[in-house]
Amino acid sequence: MDTNIQELENIAAQLRGKLVEISHTAKSAHLGSVLSCVDILTAAYWGILNIDPQNPDDPDRDRMILSKGHAATSLYAVLAFRGFFSFEFLDSYAKPGSKLAEHPILHSAPGIEATTGSLGHGISIGMGMAIAGHIQSRNYRIFSILGDGECNEGSVWEAAMLASAQQLDHLVVIVDYNKWQATGRSNEVMALEPLSKKWEAFGWSSYEIDGHDMGALVRVLNNVPDGSGRPMAIIAHTVKGKGVSFMEDDNNWHYRIPTEEEVVKAKKELGLV
Amino acid sequence: MRNAFAEEITRLATEDERIFMLSGDIGNRLFNNFKAACSDRFLNCGAAEANMISMASGMALCGLRPVAYTITSFITVRCLEQIKLDLCYQNLPVVIVGVGSGLSYASLNATHHSCEDIACLRVLPNISIICPGDVWEVRLALNAAFKQEGPVYIRMGKKNEPVVHNDAPEFKIGKGIVLHEGKDVCLLATGTLLPMAIEASKALEQQGISTCVVSLHTIKPLDEELLQDVFAKFKITATIEEHSILGGLGGSVAEWLSDQPRQRSRLVRVGTMDTFLYDAGDQDYARQAHGITSDGITERIRNALTDWS
Repeated sequence: MDTNIQELENIAAQLRGKLVEISHTAKSAHLGSVLSCVDILTAAYWGILNIDPQNPDDPDRDRMILSKGHAATSLYAVLAFRGFFSFEFLDSYAKPGSKLAEHPILHSAPGIEATTGSLGHGISIGMGMAIAGHIQSRNYRIFSILGDGECNEGSVWEAAMLASAQQLDHLVVIVDYNKWQATGRSNEVMALEPLSKKWEAFGWSSYEIDGHDMGALVRVLNNVPDGSGRPMAIIAHTVKGKGVSFMEDDNNWHYRIPTEEEVVKAKKELGLV
Repeated sequence: MRNAFAEEITRLATEDERIFMLSGDIGNRLFNNFKAACSDRFLNCGAAEANMISMASGMALCGLRPVAYTITSFITVRCLEQIKLDLCYQNLPVVIVGVGSGLSYASLNATHHSCEDIACLRVLPNISIICPGDVWEVRLALNAAFKQEGPVYIRMGKKNEPVVHNDAPEFKIGKGIVLHEGKDVCLLATGTLLPMAIEASKALEQQGISTCVVSLHTIKPLDEELLQDVFAKFKITATIEEHSILGGLGGSVAEWLSDQPRQRSRLVRVGTMDTFLYDAGDQDYARQAHGITSDGITERIRNALTDWS
């Protein structure tokens, strides 16, 4: 288990290096939000999800919806590293005419399960998938990664109430709780706390974990469905810009683009050069 | 119309296991037969329309054919962005059905009126918009909608509307149905005002004005072939709809017309004015307040004919 966790951590470091590079090359924003969810995605894609890059449309596959679509590059990099498409295709990101836009588009590449970008849609889309799976007697699970800022959207809570009423225990929401939204501290802009208790109060089986602790991520994600008969909310405490000291918890990196020197510095910190 | 819809969707769902009915906390007893026949494929989503539309997209992504049903104003403009992105951008086969369109719920005040829904949805790529003119057209529209690859919006009245067709007419999305031929004037009616258009045409005929009546049930895609014929042939063409004269059928035809070479026919748009109503009153009262009556239509046609000649 330990070596496995170590492997996952290595993959996450490589992903982070690539993501900093992509942000620099493509002059693409949201790097802070991208880096905060890398460990969640790594744990899911390498440790948990029942998926096959050779058969990406398998009707029985687990579904992962990146509801916080502004972290698109993290999903793209994960899909490339995981073998869904080539690195050459990944490098076409954001170029004119490329299929990989700054927010994910359904069917633009294998492994992209939904179009996201406007916040508050992914949980509801996931619910539809969960109900479809239930009536089709399929056993797949649906994971939707939401930002903490995304929890401002009313539709998230519409979905939260219906999912628990319907006991959709194959549906999982992971909140990438990096404590920032675009222009401020997420718990100051809106009264987000107590976030875990909110989900609990909405009828969800709620967990609070360190969203950068690979072992903790694997443990909780390995337990879906958790036997409670309820949908699961995983509040993953994360750090915006995680992995690069000069980006961590600095909200300027919601929009800032790293320079060439900063890319080198970041990669050094990540142990990649 | 809603009873015909409930009957037809029940029949279709018993034949097609992909059909899933989502309701926004209305139609309490209306869907009893559906629930009895397909209990695991009916879900009351509560008064949460945004979530309902996004959910429908998730279902469609997994091979189901969802139908999302509630009061028109709530299932269109309230959740417009979900329709735009989750249904239209992703281009998924979801059928949205609005009940109580236009001024059907006049007495409930403008919170329940929908005179802007067509305008708002019409600009979205990939969607088809159908306004059935009677119960026959409701059933046929629903059948046709399930054969589409993308989203369809069906805009219904409420209940007890007059039945226009004697039996099932030939129905194709994007093709108007000519109910009565004529020479001078053409009334292009859509949805709940089709019966009024027929009444107006009879009055015009009595006054010696030969009047063609078309049920132009599909607003998007527009039946451009029919419009070409109509605008070449008649002196006056009127669009008649229980929707704002801005952006609905009248707006669509006016936009189409502006791209055409000079046409013979002059366009008259009958619909609700660019105003809200602040009074109590039933549907007839509200229609009258907007000038939507058979007499109002005939008068406008006569005036337009005077100007034309």
